[in-house]
Amino acid sequence: MNAIVSTTALEVLTLSLQGEVFALPAGIVSEILDFVPITEVPNAQPFVGGLINVRGKVVPFADLRFKFGMDRPEATLDTRIVVIEVNLGGEPTIVGILAEKVYEVTIVAPSALEETPRIGMRWRSEFIRCIGKRENDFVIILDIDNVFAFDDRAGQPER
Amino acid sequence: MTSDPTQVFRQEAQDLFEQLEAALLDLERTPEDRDSIDTAFRALHTIKGSGAMFGFDALARFAHHLETAFDGVRNGKVVASPGLISLTLAAIDHMRNLMESGPAASQDAGDRLIERLEAMMGDSVALPVDRKAVRLAQVPARDTATYRIRFRLPADVLERGVNPLLLLDELRGLGPCAVVALTEMVPPLEEMKPGSCHIGWDVVLTTPAPRSAIDDVFIFVIDDMDLQVDLVTNEAPDPRLGEILVNRGDVAPEQLATALEQQKQIGDLLVSRGDISDDKLKSALAEQKHLRQVAAEPKGQGGASESIRIQAQHLDELMDRVGELVIAQARLKQLASTGDSHLKSVTEEIERLSNELRDTTMGIRMVPIGSLFGRFRRLVRDLSEELGKTITLGTSGEETELDKTVIERLNDPMVHLVRNAIDHGIEAPDKREAMGKAREGHVHLSAVHSGAQVLITIRDDGRGLDVAAIRARAEEQGLITPGTKLSDGELYQFIFHPGFSTAREVSSLSGRGVGMDVVKRAIEGLRGLVEVGSTPGRGTEVTLRLPLTLAIIDGLLVRVGTGRYIIPLAAVEECVELSEADDLRSKGRSFLNLRGALVPFLRLREMFHTRAAAEDFQKVVIVSTGEMRVGLVVDQVIGDHQTVIKSLSKLHADVESFSGATILGDGTVALILDVPHLVEAGQRREPCLAAS
Repeated sequence: MNAIVSTTALEVLTLSLQGEVFALPAGIVSEILDFVPITEVPNAQPFVGGLINVRGKVVPFADLRFKFGMDRPEATLDTRIVVIEVNLGGEPTIVGILAEKVYEVTIVAPSALEETPRIGMRWRSEFIRCIGKRENDFVIILDIDNVFAFDDRAGQPER
Repeated sequence: MTSDPTQVFRQEAQDLFEQLEAALLDLERTPEDRDSIDTAFRALHTIKGSGAMFGFDALARFAHHLETAFDGVRNGKVVASPGLISLTLAAIDHMRNLMESGPAASQDAGDRLIERLEAMMGDSVALPVDRKAVRLAQVPARDTATYRIRFRLPADVLERGVNPLLLLDELRGLGPCAVVALTEMVPPLEEMKPGSCHIGWDVVLTTPAPRSAIDDVFIFVIDDMDLQVDLVTNEAPDPRLGEILVNRGDVAPEQLATALEQQKQIGDLLVSRGDISDDKLKSALAEQKHLRQVAAEPKGQGGASESIRIQAQHLDELMDRVGELVIAQARLKQLASTGDSHLKSVTEEIERLSNELRDTTMGIRMVPIGSLFGRFRRLVRDLSEELGKTITLGTSGEETELDKTVIERLNDPMVHLVRNAIDHGIEAPDKREAMGKAREGHVHLSAVHSGAQVLITIRDDGRGLDVAAIRARAEEQGLITPGTKLSDGELYQFIFHPGFSTAREVSSLSGRGVGMDVVKRAIEGLRGLVEVGSTPGRGTEVTLRLPLTLAIIDGLLVRVGTGRYIIPLAAVEECVELSEADDLRSKGRSFLNLRGALVPFLRLREMFHTRAAAEDFQKVVIVSTGEMRVGLVVDQVIGDHQTVIKSLSKLHADVESFSGATILGDGTVALILDVPHLVEAGQRREPCLAAS
């Protein structure tokens, strides 16, 4: 089971959603903002139901908790918006995603990276790039492009 | 400048094709017009020369044949007959084709055109030469002038696909010249980059062509090269070596003087021989020095060119920055409104500056619409030939300026409208005569500013629209119930309905069925409106109302629940209060009684699933989609707002009711309503509501 998924160390940003620790490749993160008022887009997919102002640019706001079927409590003092660049069908797009808490930028050694187990996961395996071991815990390293590519309503990739 | 040089050529060539086309059409009207002949010839010459330089060899070869023909016209050997003009117009299409699809494109068609051209040339020459042409032939040749040209190309010129040898050949083509390569900038071998161009050239050219012909040779590289062109005056036919060196700027006059002093000078020789006195020599030298100074003065800097080419992308970026500035300024204004008076006065100053900056930036993107109108001369000519109708095209307001993007995107809808006016609007000549109209049909294009909008009108004097037939068709298609009271204007709007009136000839605008909805959508895509007016038997008039720019609009800021939205002010007709009576009555149906007219309304809080409770005094914003008037029920009308439009990302491509978003003074984002789409969505909802 210890298949090696990467030969180089991975630099990631770790954040939490509903007690789960997720990680994003640090390279796609452009900035981390305090929680700002969100403009609702009526009739949009709930997952990308808002817009925010990032330095004068109108940026879509995504709440990944919709994608993972999680509860969505109100924002707290720890809530942040992580501004990232995702690839939407070949088009780089700036998106802000909600994080209940942002921890750190850390390096995961190749030896600590493992393939996503086929069973024992609550979420679609396409959303997850691999699992990183960290001390006594795991971090879930997201395949963020895939998370955005799947339209929940259509149930298949939207390309 | 990292732009692809062949791309630059393509753009230039498009301009040249347009110039050529315009010249030919002028020539058709006034066959002996010297300026048109020259313009056509120059355009062909440049297409040939630059085409070869950028590797469009097939294009260049083809243009060469045409150039030869027009050289004949220029020399009065060939008459610019309607046949030759038609052929050349066809040849332009072929050249466009060659440029777009490469030499493989329709080799046969090209060969056939050349054959016909050659046959025609033979005929024209064999014919007894027209009197007018003889007069042309006697136009005296221009005097020749000698130019001293020194040029140095940018180092990366070879990488950009420009061959300096072809530039030199082109100069040689203008007249006899002497070429000297300047090698002093060539670095030592170990530092030399083989791909770079280190050589400059000095060319002395004697030519009858005007000075601008020399600039034309360098037209594709002129922006970043060193080019110095000086007229050599013929007063001193046998100049001295020292003078030439000074005139060329290779040696400063002072240096020459020093050098001459060191040399055993002729003057000193003469003095030492006792032939002239010392004083006389000094005087002569002073005079010489003066003359040199006078001669050196007119040289100086060449004037900077008055216009430059900028990539549209840079302008877009500039517009973005200005948009952000406008937003920041709105925030500042809001903050300053509670601050002290000094802050307020500075804020007002910045507001004025940013408004001016915005206007200037928008002005840079503005292009006169004449460039678009010009293209229709060809279309009208070809169509009238094809359909056997005589049609003249009139234009007015060509100087009216519009955003470049708007102009580009207007081309297709306007082609459609003009084509329809000619095809379906204007009757055949015999029929026109029978109706007591002139045999010659007329299509008129005009543009005029009206507030923050531009009105473009396409008017024909054809048969007009048949209101009764449109009504019948609309009833047949179930779009209206029989007997519905509608104004003619509202009825005309049905021709824009998808699939309307394709089945049979209803009116002058019919048969346009497939196209008119496309036209409407294209204009709406530009945030514009289409209006139709018509007088039976007298003609039809289609008016396009377009915003000046796509980047910033005037908007009406409204509130629905906690959300704030922008309604484009161009669509807004008026705001009224939703009376309690109407509100209650509308539980069953959503109609508003507006001064006797029934206006349907949409409750935005329902459409947007607003959770907050409805407020007591709701307002209705009456908007017009061109086709109909609709009321939008909102909680509050906040006021007008300068709206910088930001497009929505792909993630929101499925949300049709909004055309974009903007950032308000307090930094929050507000959505901009897409009125036609919103109304459409509202219409789709109606049956659902009725069913539930």
